[in-house]
Amino acid sequence: MKKLDLRPDTAQGKLQKRRRWKRMLLRDDNLSWDIRRTGVHLPSAFFTGVNAAATGLILGILFFILANILWNGWDGLSWRFVFSGSADDMFDVNKAGVFPMIFGTAARVILMTLFVIPIGVITAIYLTEYASSTSPITRIIRGAVNNLAGVPSIVFGLFGLGFFISFVGGRMDQLFLPDTAEPVWGKPAILWASLTLAVMTLPVVIVATEESLRAIAPGLREGSLALGATKLQTILRVVLPQALPGILTGGILAVSRAAGEVAPILFTGAAYYMAHLPHSLTSQFMDLGYHVFVLSTQSPNIEQTRPILYATVVVLLVLTFALNVVAILVRSQVRRRMRAMQ
Amino acid sequence: MLAADPASPRATDWSTIRRGVKARPVEWLAERGILLVSLSTIVMVFLIFLFVGREALPVVLGHLNAARVQEVIPPEKMEAVPAEQLRAYLGLTAAEFARMDKETLRLLMEIKVEEHAALPDDKDARLNTTDWRYLLGPHQWTDYQKPEYIWQPVSQVPKYNLVPLIIGSLKTTLIALLFSVPLALGAAIYVSQLAPPKLKEYIKPAIEMLSGIPSVVLGFFALIVMASVLQAIFGYQYRLNAFVAGLALGFAVIPVVFSISEDALTSVPRSYVQAALAVGSTKWQAAWGIVLPAALPGVFAAVVLGFGRAIGETMIVLMASGNASIVSWNIFESTRTMTATIAAELAETVVGGPHYRLLFLIGALLFIVTFLSNMAGDLIMHRLKSRLEGKK
Repeated sequence: MKKLDLRPDTAQGKLQKRRRWKRMLLRDDNLSWDIRRTGVHLPSAFFTGVNAAATGLILGILFFILANILWNGWDGLSWRFVFSGSADDMFDVNKAGVFPMIFGTAARVILMTLFVIPIGVITAIYLTEYASSTSPITRIIRGAVNNLAGVPSIVFGLFGLGFFISFVGGRMDQLFLPDTAEPVWGKPAILWASLTLAVMTLPVVIVATEESLRAIAPGLREGSLALGATKLQTILRVVLPQALPGILTGGILAVSRAAGEVAPILFTGAAYYMAHLPHSLTSQFMDLGYHVFVLSTQSPNIEQTRPILYATVVVLLVLTFALNVVAILVRSQVRRRMRAMQ
Repeated sequence: MLAADPASPRATDWSTIRRGVKARPVEWLAERGILLVSLSTIVMVFLIFLFVGREALPVVLGHLNAARVQEVIPPEKMEAVPAEQLRAYLGLTAAEFARMDKETLRLLMEIKVEEHAALPDDKDARLNTTDWRYLLGPHQWTDYQKPEYIWQPVSQVPKYNLVPLIIGSLKTTLIALLFSVPLALGAAIYVSQLAPPKLKEYIKPAIEMLSGIPSVVLGFFALIVMASVLQAIFGYQYRLNAFVAGLALGFAVIPVVFSISEDALTSVPRSYVQAALAVGSTKWQAAWGIVLPAALPGVFAAVVLGFGRAIGETMIVLMASGNASIVSWNIFESTRTMTATIAAELAETVVGGPHYRLLFLIGALLFIVTFLSNMAGDLIMHRLKSRLEGKK
């Protein structure tokens, strides 16, 4: 290793010394890694190996799944496949396209973010800025958030059907269109699917926003108060702009989670086949994830449709993974800042 | 630590600061508004329970009569019967009923009489099969040799026994946990205690990526790739079975168990390990003998939450389990889970009918089970953390 030329008298030297200290301090957490017994303790080496193998196996499975899908899906992908609809036959390898599904999925998640981000962010603001951490109401809200995160996705589907479609939609039909026999609101629609997904992804947004709010130095808030700002002004003009990356992460994670979910939209809006794109809040839509399900379980000839099936999966994976990677990058930035602050 | 720890005095102070509240009504309004919006999570959990439970309630209370052969009301007695009872008898909605004139109703009643004449004169057809006795206990149906548990909602006499579905769910969940918990726990120990710090920074996000794969993609993978490969290896008879579904389900559970147990292991104070290393133990001995026992409740919480995730997963089991409702503990036989049953059958049911309500009942059961397992998991995790932090 190159020896550092430390010149404590000069500014350059001081800086170097400080950097070196900082590096040491940063490593402090992992100090134990550097304290090692000499010699090898065989059982320990063996079990370390076992655990490393478990880790390797998980990574191997992940790699195998992704590699298999990409390898088989690459051939079926083309610009025409991504940007055209399947007007005639969605099982025809040469004509099928997934544009309506991409459009439907994108529309439902964008609509969802409109509902989920405001509510999620405000809840997170309440939990970090206003609530005292010991009050019963805070604990109940936290419990509700945790429980919401654990409710099975199919139950959200039932909820969407029972609450949004039958109850809310049914009542809206009775109120606004009492003369129409055919239900307008009280049937599966993109609006209800989005609302159902918004309820489902609420915890994702809350948790991510909370994390980023907590990563903001208290000094900033205090500085703002010291300058005479009120609490609301401080939150709106100092805290929230700082927390923006975290809010974005939450939104992206929610979108990526929702984009891949199929169970909640099975009864709330997804259509097996539609000749046109959804044109209003009350129309149904075709969906990428649901299309993967349809192609893999209801195809008339699974061997023949395999290329479009794989290609559809690739499109879905690329969509959700690209979003995930962005979210992970932003989040690691937020976490680094938080660590640096501590 | 000040910012991250809500319990630290400075952070609590901030939450009690209410500058501007008295002078400016906007501040006061905003505070109330924010509180109101944040209550929406509680409202949502409550609404989910209410609206899933509401549809299932008649079954729970035994108010539903699903017997195929019921008391026939002769068309001549139409006038004598109260309107509401007539509507229920004909199976009409209120709006439909209001639109129909006497003639149509009479016609419908005549059709009903003919229908009943065409029904088989089967003793089973007179049973209310949504009674708890038939939902959970075995019954000897006509043409069966012995009492059996049967889920057969679409047949002459619909049979709604939940036992095959519960066994199916437990079977796949158990396989998933047996497969994923050792793997995920091993990886968590490795990442949090043994791995070089550099490597750790890459492994953790990679395993978390696994949770980013949509469940329908895992289901597709299990159906198209894994089912054939595993059948070639093990040589069992049915291509789609509980084993394939359980393994694929395991992939979905691994990230859950991994990140929670990793969290628990990491929250064990560093000083424990340092003390162990100082008296000459290896890193593995410190991890196995000191850190793991200290974090054991957290590992348990991880398993509980993993269970909740596995039993509620829908698309994977719907696509890979084969969906035959058989009572059998053989893992190489096709199986049907509670979630897959809802997903596969709800679209074809009559709204408000016995089948529809039964599926909501299954949903309510799932909700309760996951609700309890989440509560238990969170409680354990919370206690563990406060204990470890208190000791620090």
